[in-house]
Amino acid sequence: MSASPVRDQPARAWPRRRSLDPADVDLRVQLAGVALPNPITTASGCFASGVEVDRFYDVTELGAIVVKSVTREPRAGLPTPRMAETPSGMLNAIGLQNPGVDAWLARDLPWLQDRGARVVASIAGNSVEDFATVAGRLRGQPGIIAIEVNLSCPNVEERGLVFACSATDSQEVIAAVRAEASVPVLAKLTSDVTDVVSIAEAVVDAGADGVTLINTLLGMAIDPDTGRPELWNTYGGLSGPAIRPVALRNVHQVHQALPDVPILGCGGARTVEDVVQFLRAGASAVAVGTATFVDPFVGPRLIAGLRTWCAERGIAAVTDLVGDVQPWR
Amino acid sequence: MSTQRSGTVQGRPDLDTPVQATCEVLDRRREGAYWVLSFAAKEIAERAQPGQFVSLAVQSPGALLRRPFSIARVSQQGVAAGTVDVVFDAHGPGTEWLTSVRGHDVLDVVGPLGRPFPMPRRKVGCLLIGGGYGVAPLLYLGETLRREGLRVDMIVGAATQARLLGVIEAKRLSASSVFTTEDGSYGTQGRVTDVLEAVVAHGRTGVVYACGPNAMLRAVSERCGELHLPVQVAVEERMACGIGVCFTCVLPIRDRAGNVHLRRACLDGPVLNGARIAWEDTRYGAPSARTPAGEGGDA
Repeated sequence: MSASPVRDQPARAWPRRRSLDPADVDLRVQLAGVALPNPITTASGCFASGVEVDRFYDVTELGAIVVKSVTREPRAGLPTPRMAETPSGMLNAIGLQNPGVDAWLARDLPWLQDRGARVVASIAGNSVEDFATVAGRLRGQPGIIAIEVNLSCPNVEERGLVFACSATDSQEVIAAVRAEASVPVLAKLTSDVTDVVSIAEAVVDAGADGVTLINTLLGMAIDPDTGRPELWNTYGGLSGPAIRPVALRNVHQVHQALPDVPILGCGGARTVEDVVQFLRAGASAVAVGTATFVDPFVGPRLIAGLRTWCAERGIAAVTDLVGDVQPWR
Repeated sequence: MSTQRSGTVQGRPDLDTPVQATCEVLDRRREGAYWVLSFAAKEIAERAQPGQFVSLAVQSPGALLRRPFSIARVSQQGVAAGTVDVVFDAHGPGTEWLTSVRGHDVLDVVGPLGRPFPMPRRKVGCLLIGGGYGVAPLLYLGETLRREGLRVDMIVGAATQARLLGVIEAKRLSASSVFTTEDGSYGTQGRVTDVLEAVVAHGRTGVVYACGPNAMLRAVSERCGELHLPVQVAVEERMACGIGVCFTCVLPIRDRAGNVHLRRACLDGPVLNGARIAWEDTRYGAPSARTPAGEGGDA
């Protein structure tokens, strides 16, 4: 008998696999039927149109580039201040500043096409018709491998309620986009709901080929001296490492309930270990957002790091990690 | 020091080629109310131009984002070759942490970033107007203009004597220098715009460069407009990324046709044509005027 007050841990048979040559690790993944060379993508709104970060490295190394959301008409966005730093995170309220889908197609997409990037077009709108119109404009464009539907927008037809907070509103948008789109459709969901699984089920029923989990969490900060909100918009989206545990929980819940639905994990990933956590929770690929603000090279650093991490542990294919969570009981 | 790959942008020659580097701290010292930090950054020093900035990763607990700082000095020759200086005011957890770094510590630096001060096309007198620690990039600019054989005059202003930066350097590198403090503790009591016209006449000024608080930049730009003088200002805006991807540091810029667009201070600036900034346009976030906007909060 052990005299230790600490209960003995159950003996766990860790698979002792021999380490591999990093070059032999297979980083290829499938996301909603689309083949990606690695599971690292950008997160929408954190990579502008791609050209800005290409000053630092060849952005086509990324598994995919999820571009900033485009809308039917150009949007100037919200007044400043648009950003506030919070513990291990930041709040933003940009207001979807973008040149509009037509200018994006004419100006930004051709550069990405020339470079051979795999583009996930993020679309936003304030009505079902807005979304359908934008999806229609994107139909058949080379280089666009999927459409991500930013459902965290206020629905003007429902008194400004965010689409992603309503299963039926989300369903209507996804069905309309699905009817127009020529590529897989990902529904980007919010964690600011009672039951994310029911929303995920609803969008899959409406034709979504996968889900992106999660968008920013709605938050607020107030300057204690002036009494003013730190953001002009009062509320903003919280991102960064602060939200990672919440994002992981959402990915895990949806993957447990809907194991066949592809998930693009998103929220606070910054290190290789973060990426592995998202994959284990059930994500097929991981979108990196706020980390790019801190480290412009985060994309290639994570791709190389993931390769080494897998090689050291004898994991031959990164897909072996997807959904691999060991139960305590 | 190591530097990672830096590529040029096809079709966007206006974008520079910044690098990310791990830089050794050489010195950290007080200068009046401010701090000066020197670090070894050869690749950044080679690329830098006056008006550009660097962003430093800070290690204070919970702080996530880099902090942007204008480049105050770059040494390209002699024993100090490849060093970069920045000046900062400790007013938050990130800058407080920077006051604690010591020689031989290492800093993660990205730069040089942003649009530099454009050099005059003709041989004209250059008036440099700095407020507070906004003088920092002007000292670097002044050195460069002098090397080009151009006349430099300076107006340096601050609230108090302790907050005047670079008095000795300003006297050394300019043909004439005027100092203003709001409390009269040094130089002329008042603001930089109070003495602007006299210095312009005296220095046969052909172009004005300014850096400081936005209220000062607005006043300088408007006065320069009345005097028909070209004016280039380096703005300070709240930035999350500094590399053009987050869209938080926007400000309203008027195009040739008079239409106002929100431009990123980190990419299209920080140096902007003062005459093109729509200072009066309060729709985009002047703190005094808050107009309701109809859009949602999620970017």
